Amino acid sequence: MSTVITANEAILHGVQGDSHAEHHHKETFITKYVFSQDHKTIAKQFLVTGIIWAFIGGLFSVIFRLQLGYPESTFPWLEDLFGHWAKGGKIQPEFYYALVTMHGTILVFFVLTAGLSGTFSNFLIPLQIGARDMASPLLNMLSYWFFFMASVVMISSLFVQTGPASGGWTVYPPLSALGDASMGSKIGMDLWLVSMALFIVSSLLGGLNYITTVLNMRTKGMSMTRMPLTIWAFFFTAVLGVLSFPVLLSGAILLLFDRNLGTSFFLSDIVVAGKILPNEGGSAILFQHLFWFLGHPEVYIILLPAMGMSSEILSVNSRKPIFGYMAMVGSLFAITVLAFLVWAHHMFVTGLNPYLGGIFVLLTLLIAVPSAIKVFNWLTTLWRGNIRFTPAMLFAIGFVSLFISGGLTGIFLGNSALDIHLHDTYFVIAHFHIVMGVASFFGLFAGVYHWYPKMFGTYLNNTLAYIHFWVTIVGAYLIFWPMHYEGLAGMPRRYYDFSTWESFKMFGGLNEFISLIAMIVFAAQLLFIINFFYSIWKGRKVTTMNPWDANTLEWTTPIRPGHGNWVGEIPEVHRWPYDYAKESKDGKDFIMQNVPVGDDEEKH
Amino acid sequence: MKELLIIAIVIMVFLVIFQIAKASEYVSVLKGEDKTRKQTNKINGFLLISFLILGLIGVYVCNEWFYPKTLFPAGSASVEGEKIDLMLYITIGVTGVVFLITQILLFWFSFRYQEKDGKKAFFFPHNTKLELLWTTVPAIFLTVLVVFGLVNWFKMTGEAPKNATLIEITGHQFAWDIRYPGKDGVLGKKNYRLYNKPSGNTLGVDFQDPASLDDLKTTEMHMPVNKPVKLVIGAMDVIHDVGLPHFRMKMDAVPGIPTTMWFTPQYTTEQMKVRTGNVNFRYEISCDQVCGKSHFSMRGIIVVETEGEYNKWLDAQKPDYYAMYPDKDPTAKPATPDTTKKLIAAILPVKK
Repeated sequence: MSTVITANEAILHGVQGDSHAEHHHKETFITKYVFSQDHKTIAKQFLVTGIIWAFIGGLFSVIFRLQLGYPESTFPWLEDLFGHWAKGGKIQPEFYYALVTMHGTILVFFVLTAGLSGTFSNFLIPLQIGARDMASPLLNMLSYWFFFMASVVMISSLFVQTGPASGGWTVYPPLSALGDASMGSKIGMDLWLVSMALFIVSSLLGGLNYITTVLNMRTKGMSMTRMPLTIWAFFFTAVLGVLSFPVLLSGAILLLFDRNLGTSFFLSDIVVAGKILPNEGGSAILFQHLFWFLGHPEVYIILLPAMGMSSEILSVNSRKPIFGYMAMVGSLFAITVLAFLVWAHHMFVTGLNPYLGGIFVLLTLLIAVPSAIKVFNWLTTLWRGNIRFTPAMLFAIGFVSLFISGGLTGIFLGNSALDIHLHDTYFVIAHFHIVMGVASFFGLFAGVYHWYPKMFGTYLNNTLAYIHFWVTIVGAYLIFWPMHYEGLAGMPRRYYDFSTWESFKMFGGLNEFISLIAMIVFAAQLLFIINFFYSIWKGRKVTTMNPWDANTLEWTTPIRPGHGNWVGEIPEVHRWPYDYAKESKDGKDFIMQNVPVGDDEEKH
Repeated sequence: MKELLIIAIVIMVFLVIFQIAKASEYVSVLKGEDKTRKQTNKINGFLLISFLILGLIGVYVCNEWFYPKTLFPAGSASVEGEKIDLMLYITIGVTGVVFLITQILLFWFSFRYQEKDGKKAFFFPHNTKLELLWTTVPAIFLTVLVVFGLVNWFKMTGEAPKNATLIEITGHQFAWDIRYPGKDGVLGKKNYRLYNKPSGNTLGVDFQDPASLDDLKTTEMHMPVNKPVKLVIGAMDVIHDVGLPHFRMKMDAVPGIPTTMWFTPQYTTEQMKVRTGNVNFRYEISCDQVCGKSHFSMRGIIVVETEGEYNKWLDAQKPDYYAMYPDKDPTAKPATPDTTKKLIAAILPVKK
């Protein structure tokens, strides 16, 4: 993987002018492109690694959708590719569960956490607050390389004899603790835990850096309330990660102990494969508390950056200030606080104390209030705007649509009595894929399309971008909307085959349809990947410093900024970042943050 | 061969799309980028409003197609489940209105306020009244939903009625074991260390406990209609989940931590065959918590029948104790000495 990245980076920066303002020390190929400490390079490393992971994770979903869509068919080429995992061209149950587990793990952690906030927090924080780099470029570099090591370990788990972890991305013990209970709970599970531990180290190094940088390294005049909403979102995301990932780390380590050292943190009263285990006194439910104490903040770690970037992009392309800036910051803060207090809503049917459940219902539904504020503020931002449908803008609008659709079904699932019925059915799959998966992907795409010119000095091809958007949004709704009905029929998730069930077998045709659409949507993502890599070298060149007429500081840097970002002085900030729909001195409809406030203007 | 052909076609399609995309970029440069941008802006504005209209039609059609396949046309098979259905309808109503309003506004605003020459956006950074409005209105609606939900929640998770039929269900990879308390109405104690497969004591029942002697072990779960049922739920190996979609019920089966669930079935299996219009209808227990490679086939059956039928079935069952120790069974012929010896040998090692 590293060779891919370095090759890209090499060509990328080959054409770069020497705009290194501060750093005139000698740089070798290795220090510049591999072990780089430039936040922009690290961001690109995260992005490219994330894209590779997204391809793998997406491909896995296409393969297991083959089984769900065509349970009667065989695909001999699968046996050619996967050997005994797809014996006779039929995906074996163990393989199916391994694919499902890896799909979840990869997309939640490696793509939508590292690939999303790793990329954009790194890229945008210094550029938008006016800093030459992160507070600690070294730790920042280590953050990427820990992520890389986590990736290597996780990839290697795909190739072990007994296969990768296969107990679902939530890895609940005892299933994940006992090698006798499942093939995937043998060495594959140890590798999963080690990989996650490395991943958490990466996330903590990154998160601490983001927080420190935002708090300490803002340029002159950049008060906290003059920060773009992107930075607020990355800041809260980092806070969430720093406070909750360590809890998952403790869970992972205790699980490693249970697996390898004979402890009983999560094990009690178990007979597996005819063997009576000595473990007593542990609690399988304890792990779920530890897991979801991260797991729930995790969905906001995924969602907040998408919210922040969409806010910024909606405002820029509506040519209007974001509506209710302080309410947007306040609702981000409220979501951050509440995100820590709702984890047990994933556990309503574990036998949780009903009174505890009641409190979690209340706190969970409370999150709908800041979410509603955000939606209405986005809508009002569009109202009476002068909207430009750049690809980034379309993805940001798509993000809002998906966030509404998926957010509303959260109100069903957060209400414990309804959750009894809907828990672990396809309704849940539909809900979180729309609100967390696809919506966050839309935020990610919006960000890539919007900041690509800043990253690479070229544009992505617009036609491909529009095809990508329309196929993806139509496809996403076609895939996940009907799944709500499967869930309302009680169809359980993580089933390899429904044909033996009188209660669930009537959705065969729908499952086939969903699989077909999933393949088409996956193909559209390949178009994006082709566009992404092709345009790095062959894309239309950016010729103006500020192609989207935006206000934020990154557009005051050279077209291809070097390490240090600005040539000469870092600009001073005089106003908030949303002065759109205002007449500037030179007749434009926006005033950049570094423009001093005129005598005729109100101060912000 | 077919696969290669498909791959070739896919690559061709990609190449064609890619070439068109490249060409359109050159065309746009020739035509003037600003002009092209304005044209595509109009196209995308039109597509957005079309997406809204077609999408809403799609939502309607989807409902027409798939609503009949959900559980709701046949109604809830448990009395308690009806509350959940009502709650669901109310939640769909409230969220449905919000969904329509916000999605229509989103796409309508996008279309209506698309870029036009000479137009300028309206500077509108905030409005306290509006913001208070859409903070309080959702809060009020949510409070109603929460209160309604919690009333149901506490009722369902509260104590089962005194007259409830007690049934134990235990999950293991990959099947369910059912145990009835027998005439004394008390389930015998269990200790997982007493598990002994050869003897048939797969649940680890402690036969030193007199209450266990009349317990019945079955593979199908039978229950009388219109009488509350209390399930005591356990697991031998990993976490399973007793999913009863027709009754709108679900509860995890956790090794080491027994859980409970209660409900009142209101239709017999035969009645449900009529209500669903499916002669093959059966109440199925689905495992709803991933438990290993055959998770998807961990199926149990519940038979809901009239009180008379239920009692008749119950009387025909033989206590598990007698199945394991046939010599103790007063109704059975004495077993041949050979088998008895073998059985005792199998049981002995775990006897304390």
